[in-house]
Amino acid sequence: MTPALIGIYRPGTSPLHRARAGAKLVMLLLLTSLLLAWRSVPTVLLAIALTVGLYALAGLSPKVLIQQAWPLRWFILLLVPLQVLLSGWQVAVTIVGTMIIAVLLASLVSLTTTTTQILDAIEGLLRPLPDQVARRIALLLALTIRAIPVIAGLADEVQQARRARGMERSPRAYVTPVVLRTIGYSQRLGEALVARGVDDQ
Amino acid sequence: MAEIVFDQVSHHFGSRQVLSEVDLTLSGPRIGIIGANGSGKSTLVRMINGLIDPSQGRVLVDGLDTARDGHKVRRLVSFLFSDPDAQIVMPTVAEDIAFSLRRQRLAPERVAEHVEAALRMVGLLDYSTHPAHLLSSGQKQLLAMASVLVTEPRVLICDEPTTLLDLANTRTITGIIDTLPQQVVMVTHDLSLVEDWERVIVVHEGRIAADTNGTQAVPFYRSLLS
Repeated sequence: MTPALIGIYRPGTSPLHRARAGAKLVMLLLLTSLLLAWRSVPTVLLAIALTVGLYALAGLSPKVLIQQAWPLRWFILLLVPLQVLLSGWQVAVTIVGTMIIAVLLASLVSLTTTTTQILDAIEGLLRPLPDQVARRIALLLALTIRAIPVIAGLADEVQQARRARGMERSPRAYVTPVVLRTIGYSQRLGEALVARGVDDQ
Repeated sequence: MAEIVFDQVSHHFGSRQVLSEVDLTLSGPRIGIIGANGSGKSTLVRMINGLIDPSQGRVLVDGLDTARDGHKVRRLVSFLFSDPDAQIVMPTVAEDIAFSLRRQRLAPERVAEHVEAALRMVGLLDYSTHPAHLLSSGQKQLLAMASVLVTEPRVLICDEPTTLLDLANTRTITGIIDTLPQQVVMVTHDLSLVEDWERVIVVHEGRIAADTNGTQAVPFYRSLLS
């Protein structure tokens, strides 16, 4: 399961697709804050039911829901036994459950909202700031979203090159080229943004 | 057609002289720039929309100084790079094209019209909601082209736009470039692309070594390297 499949907008006409991006972001903030404020097993179970219901309302399959939580699998496998051992199963369910729900809800926003709508919403929320500052912050978010699959692709290419040279066990043969290629990508991206007049008045 | 003037332009990166006293006027519809790696041709074209300011001299586009009025020049001049991945900003195809129009603050319906026209021009209409990073290299370059042309620039600078493409995609890109109403300035190592162009400039060691038609410039460049 590649990062390309995570959090990418899925076109649709559901009530969640039609809802305003700003409202969805505020609801995300509200729900995750409530989860953190009332940490308990019943709250987590209720939130899981709500999250599954929201995915269904958005017309997204259980497979899509699992795809969103899939990158957390190793973290969960590590954290659950540790929490059970140290603090008991209730704490483990609460902490891990809260984390999974937060990721699923954040993904639900990006699955049902185009990046353009998110940019517009953020620019709207930042309106008290000077126009150019608001645009830069919104652009930063767009570039962050865009960078995930690009850097994952770069890392994959480096991994293959490392294998081809028989250097699978060398962290340096992995980290150095990934960092250098990421810097190169960011320089080319910056140049392309200037060429597109992104920061011009 | 814009008039691009290089007036006694020199440029150096640190102690390395990249361009030396270039005097040049570019005004035709199609201008090819050829030269070896490190000859200064990419620096030359980057000066046209103010990506690089000359160390000495000045570059004017329709009378606008690229160092002083870069933001105005970039409304006239768009730039297509060889690596489309570094040009794509938004996650989906249509959104990336629409991103170019953000600063114009058009109504959503007008943006949709422009985006559809740009997608149709490059043959990506069926891919509008497609994730941009899942396109093939050729499709990504077509998207990058649509994203710069949607703003309707008067000049398109292409810096080795087909370097990363196979033959079929190269033909698609050059076929589109051939039909553009814009003035096109293209840097390329693929000499076959410009050999029938009316004006081709050979850049060699930071100087203009030849400024003639493709039929004469390409053999001259080959002889220069041999």
